[in-house]
Amino acid sequence: MTAITTVTARSEAGALRAVLPQLAPFLGILAVAMILPFVSNDYWALIGTRAAIYWVLVSGLNLVVGFAGHLAIGYVALLTLGAYTTSVLVAGNVMPPVPVFAALPIAGCVGALFGVIVGLPALRLRTFYFAMSTLGFATIVTQIALAWQSVTGGGIGIVGPEFPAPFNTAWGYYYLCIAFAAFSTWMSANVAHSRFGRALIAVRDAEVAAEATGISKPRMLIAIFLFAGALAAIAGGLFASLQTYITPDAFTFDLSVLFFIAILIGGRGSILGPMLGTIILTILPEIAAPLAAWSTFLYAVLLLVIVLVMPGGIAALLDFRNRRPLASNRAIVPRPATLSDIIRKPAGNKILKLRKVALTFGNVRAIDGLDLDVAPGQIHGLIGPNGSGKTTTLNVISGYYAAQAGTLTLGEDPLPPGMPALRASRGIARTFQTPRVIGEASVLQNVMIGGTIEGQATFVEALLALPRNQRDERMLAAKARALLGVVGLEMLADVRADRLQHSELRFIEIARALMLEPDFLLLDEPAAGLSSDEIERLAALIKESAGAAPACCW
Amino acid sequence: MLASILASGLAAGAIYALVGVTYNTMFSASRVMSFTAGQLAMLGGVFGSWFMLRLGMPLILGFLLTLAGCAIIGVITEFVAVRPVLKSLEQHLYVLSTLALALIIQQVTAIKWGTEPQPFPRLFGLGSGVWDEKFWLPVVACAATIIGLEYLYRRTLVGRAFLAIAEDNFAARALGLPERNLRIASYALAGVIGGIAGFSGGELMLAFFANGALLNFYGFVPVALGGLGNNRGAIIGGLALGLFQQAANFLVGGIFSSVAVFSLFIIVLLAAPQGLFGSTTARRV
Repeated sequence: MTAITTVTARSEAGALRAVLPQLAPFLGILAVAMILPFVSNDYWALIGTRAAIYWVLVSGLNLVVGFAGHLAIGYVALLTLGAYTTSVLVAGNVMPPVPVFAALPIAGCVGALFGVIVGLPALRLRTFYFAMSTLGFATIVTQIALAWQSVTGGGIGIVGPEFPAPFNTAWGYYYLCIAFAAFSTWMSANVAHSRFGRALIAVRDAEVAAEATGISKPRMLIAIFLFAGALAAIAGGLFASLQTYITPDAFTFDLSVLFFIAILIGGRGSILGPMLGTIILTILPEIAAPLAAWSTFLYAVLLLVIVLVMPGGIAALLDFRNRRPLASNRAIVPRPATLSDIIRKPAGNKILKLRKVALTFGNVRAIDGLDLDVAPGQIHGLIGPNGSGKTTTLNVISGYYAAQAGTLTLGEDPLPPGMPALRASRGIARTFQTPRVIGEASVLQNVMIGGTIEGQATFVEALLALPRNQRDERMLAAKARALLGVVGLEMLADVRADRLQHSELRFIEIARALMLEPDFLLLDEPAAGLSSDEIERLAALIKESAGAAPACCW
Repeated sequence: MLASILASGLAAGAIYALVGVTYNTMFSASRVMSFTAGQLAMLGGVFGSWFMLRLGMPLILGFLLTLAGCAIIGVITEFVAVRPVLKSLEQHLYVLSTLALALIIQQVTAIKWGTEPQPFPRLFGLGSGVWDEKFWLPVVACAATIIGLEYLYRRTLVGRAFLAIAEDNFAARALGLPERNLRIASYALAGVIGGIAGFSGGELMLAFFANGALLNFYGFVPVALGGLGNNRGAIIGGLALGLFQQAANFLVGGIFSSVAVFSLFIIVLLAAPQGLFGSTTARRV
């Protein structure tokens, strides 16, 4: 009993020690922000407040751009929306006036709603299309703000909301905005370090593999768009109050560019980087006062330079840990025997049945009336020359292709054709012919992604770091570490996955698939590109996996 | 009112269609959608006004210089924003590099040319009312551009080479086509088409730096409607968009027409991501 408590105490202290270096820069920035009022004047209060407000928006946008990889360039629209919603509610020119602290959450809800509407195209499309739809939204919001005179005051504008004492002085308001900024940093960091943050990166960099682990892209993105939209609108409310009087001119596209570039300068998948980016970009035009007119030009040049020269941003510059060379003579030494300690789920006894499955591509019959039974606890091999439909069969089973004829059943229930994201919950995991891992995430995170659907906590619990989320995280991390031990990669757990060699990626994929404790483990050409030693180790691992529960097949 | 809707709708639609063709021309040569497409059309108007009103050049000279200027901007796009990105592994960076260049163009125009809309000269002084040249010029320019492009693509060797690299870049290079030079040429061509759009639409839209961002969006909608790289789709989509927008403008007012266009855009993207005339996507696994 005592032994157990001391172990947990020590591991918590260890966890704190591990987190502290990551936390230190944020605490440093916060400390500087708290001291600022005592060493400077009201002019800096304005700049500091502005940076804090921008960061409230950017911290949410960072999850969309930096983590989910969607190029939302028109977020000034949501800032505008939040600013006008708050101002109109407080001014009461449409309905009875609302106190400002009630108006801000309402604006947040409106922003969340529109965040999702603007984000919807991202569910189907990426990159340019999505960038364009956010840009279009930004254009339209400005036009509406100009034209809808009865509510927004048109070009003349509207008075911004005023906060009650003690927030009605320059420094009082500054502290309020810093508090908002700190809170949104905390929330976005919670999301980023939860299974939701990892799932976002997975969808960005390895969408197909993310589907195979059961990550639902729409649900994930909608949660993020709600969050980012709400933060953007709240930032808008704060911004309106800072401006004291808002017109559509206050919300130029330049602001959007600032937000967007702050994230890119910072580097994607980082929180500290974009924060520094926001601060730098807010201060930059102030220092170079004669350049104020050219500030957007400067941002644009900066964007071009970053894209062409330094795509990793500040975060990549600060990432010292991943510059250390890896041992060159490392070998993968799996310890398959420990697998049975980790996989506790009783083996399923359902049989995966394919009956008369057929699929043609044009005139090519890739699968022609295939009958196949896969029983748990056994190893099945699909053998055939190139182009004989092995991978296609796996793709039909895991739902990437819908068979044109025939049936798939698991036990008694039919497996719905297509819908790869539903396979993981049915106990089917797979690897890919060319490993699909997330290069920018660590090996451990890559493996943890495999267990995403095992987490219990909801998005809101992750947002606020409630106990159930922390429990999920500990469970996933412990299991992923153990499985890395099984496949023999535990010493590489904290290394970025894109620094590993091909054979190691194959074993990472297997570990990721085992996270699900699957009944069926589909391995697509697992031995391709491995040395003969590695193939022997792989074989032992597969045999042990089959014994522990899954049926394998490749 | 119907006549006004038709006249202004077709005129705006023709401009959108031409910007859409500009997008497509760049896309088919490089698989890159460039944010500079709308800026090229904006520059068509600004250059035209600059050469003819400020510098007092005759129509023909002003027109040719405008096209040359836009062609140069097109080539600069290729050099600065497209080529370096095509080399890198993450090709979606082109979204950012072309956005950066588009912002640079827009900002320089705003500072050097001014942020107020400035007049564009009357080119021929023909027509009045709904038959005013500002309405039919873009339509004529659009038709002439299409005929020119069709001739180029179907009858000339260079045009066929364009089609070849659009169809299969690797195969075209294996056949010995100078892919890089063809890409530069098609960016120059895109610049010319954008310039024509801006010049012919100058009387309607004036020489205004903010037209770039607007045309970027309204010119992209026809591309999204018609499918990437599909010029026929872009023309039909552009004209339909112009008519739809102007009809909404006259019938329900300015705010709702932009909302209507935006909703249409989102709905089409969600319902048919590959466009109404486009082909389906490639395999994923």
